Amino acid sequence: MPIHSTTSKVMGHPLNAWYVAAWDHEVTRTPIARTIADRPLALYRTEDGRPVALADACWHRLAPLSMGKTVGKEDIQCPYHGIRYNAAGRCTSMPAQETINPSATVPSFPIVERYRYAWVWLGDPLLADPDTIPDMHQMSDDDWAGDGELIHAPCNYQLVLDNLMDLTHEEFVHSSSIGQDELSESEFITTHTDTTVTVTRWMLNIEAPPFWLKNMRDRFPGFEGRVDRWQIIHFEAPSTICIDVGVAKAGTGAPEGDRSQGVNGYVMNTISPETPRSCHYFWSFQRNYRLESQLITTQLRNGVHGVFGEDEAMLKAQQAAIDANPDYEFYSLNIDAGGMWVRKLIERRLEAEGRLSPSPLVEV
Amino acid sequence: MATAHTAFWQSATVVENTALTSAIRRIVVAPSRPVPADPGSHVDVLVTIGAEAVVRSYSIVDSASDGSSLAISVFASETSRGGATAMHALTAGDRIELTQPLQDFPLRIGAPSYLLLAGGIGITAIAGMARTLAARAVPYRLVYCGRRRDQMAYLDQLTTEHGARLDVHIGDEGTSVDVPELVSTVQPGTELYMCGPIRLMDAVRRAWTERELPASDLRFETFGNSGWHQPEPFRVRIPALGIETSVSASSTLLEALEDVGVDALNDCRRGECGLCEARVLGLHGVIDHRDVFYSERQRDAGSRICVCVSRVRGDGRSIPTITLELS
Repeated sequence: MPIHSTTSKVMGHPLNAWYVAAWDHEVTRTPIARTIADRPLALYRTEDGRPVALADACWHRLAPLSMGKTVGKEDIQCPYHGIRYNAAGRCTSMPAQETINPSATVPSFPIVERYRYAWVWLGDPLLADPDTIPDMHQMSDDDWAGDGELIHAPCNYQLVLDNLMDLTHEEFVHSSSIGQDELSESEFITTHTDTTVTVTRWMLNIEAPPFWLKNMRDRFPGFEGRVDRWQIIHFEAPSTICIDVGVAKAGTGAPEGDRSQGVNGYVMNTISPETPRSCHYFWSFQRNYRLESQLITTQLRNGVHGVFGEDEAMLKAQQAAIDANPDYEFYSLNIDAGGMWVRKLIERRLEAEGRLSPSPLVEV
Repeated sequence: MATAHTAFWQSATVVENTALTSAIRRIVVAPSRPVPADPGSHVDVLVTIGAEAVVRSYSIVDSASDGSSLAISVFASETSRGGATAMHALTAGDRIELTQPLQDFPLRIGAPSYLLLAGGIGITAIAGMARTLAARAVPYRLVYCGRRRDQMAYLDQLTTEHGARLDVHIGDEGTSVDVPELVSTVQPGTELYMCGPIRLMDAVRRAWTERELPASDLRFETFGNSGWHQPEPFRVRIPALGIETSVSASSTLLEALEDVGVDALNDCRRGECGLCEARVLGLHGVIDHRDVFYSERQRDAGSRICVCVSRVRGDGRSIPTITLELS
């Protein structure tokens, strides 16, 4: 079926990749269920704090292990017949017999905590190198403060990537907070490497929209006047997008690198496919000023929560329209350059895994 | 690396069939619906013995990365139940029916070190694991045991592939493996994967338990076709069903019961699940337990038997006979 190209609405997800399975605080001694990349997982912590990701189905009769409990140093016990598995997914106890069936295992998956997230690898475990986790250091470095949330988005993960790679939608979807006419009117530059795509947009000498005016006044009380605004979107394959955003007093040299008269945030987004029609959208808003203020941290988190709620409603409606028009392909525009490079990079990864076709939505 | 327990049957074309030793042949097939095979996986093959089609399991020794060709190796012992003879007779171009790779013996990536132990034809289940570990910078040791050098398949190739990581033990050359010593070298955290005759595996399990190493780090696979003793014919009686029949040296107790129409519950047919368990009401002879379902204590009690693999041997006093009650 040679129907696949970068214009395909959705293509499926690479498996040889680190995907965020959970916020660090979500993984505890009480197991939780979460599906990542079509694989239901049971997530929990060992007694000494290590995160564990096991397939969420007992070897015996497939009862979800996430409904069970942790026992001993590192085991999880099936809630149905009490069969126990260790952190490697090996059966350690079969209560109703004196031996352990030699084939009794559940798949275990590499899982690593970094940047406040627990990252899981569902592909070939021989390739699971933690050094390839996308750079999200603003999440955990001392120079930055912030917080975020998890959105369970009812759409294919690529629709979220599209959304973040083209921010002209802000003018229309987020008109009351961060949207303004200049977003669509200003030019942008797109660059890429084998694993990254960057879209840069500067808007010079403009009025600050409400969200940014508030931020400027947090740092520069009573601020009035025009600003230079930037959005530098960094994509790292397959599904992490960190957006360098901010405004500075107009004409104070921000485009040349002096941001001292401005406020800088990083919108840290990483999207984990759940099913072909849903994804886990992890985000956080980090800032590098007024680090001491928990009030600002909470206000920013709540503000972005509202903004992203607007995106979620649009993405849900878009997915429904895609489902209602199965034979209709996307058209693309110049503004889609960033998103189309993202699709090309994902397509190459799928090709390398021999999993380019068929598209998951075509099969349904 | 998940366990894959569902059999998807397909046809395959025999590509080559070559002798590795006087009793072991390497058979390469091209499946019609190829999928990649993980280390430790096997295929079930439909083998025709006379007029009857039976299923035999063979480990995948090596395969093309896309699964478009798979190599198995088949050992025909003197007590072969006929499947091996039929497999040895295949020639290039023949069509056979087999499953896509099944996985009940997955190699877990992530242990600090590995000990791989193969006895005889058991090397077929282990060779792929060794190759996978060799491709990665993890410590592993491959121990390969056999009775005679000229009967040990793939020995030269393994020597080339694994060099100093390969230990070879050969009975005829006076270098038989010392199992307690081998197990005493195991560092905690090491995972041991083994496949071989039941005597070898029992000895390892005993030494493992004595050292109080975690049972979950001892991984093994058995296709239920070896025992402590040579198979011999015996008689079986099931009074509740009014049945008495004989079990030949080349068929299992379960097969003999099925041949006379007994509807005996069973599942794995390799001595793992315990579903085929029967109560022993009477015994002339000694039970040769070939399962891995019973603990040593349960075996010694001798009150139950897994009829899919276990047998009876004579004690020299009378015709070996077992009297059973089925569930």
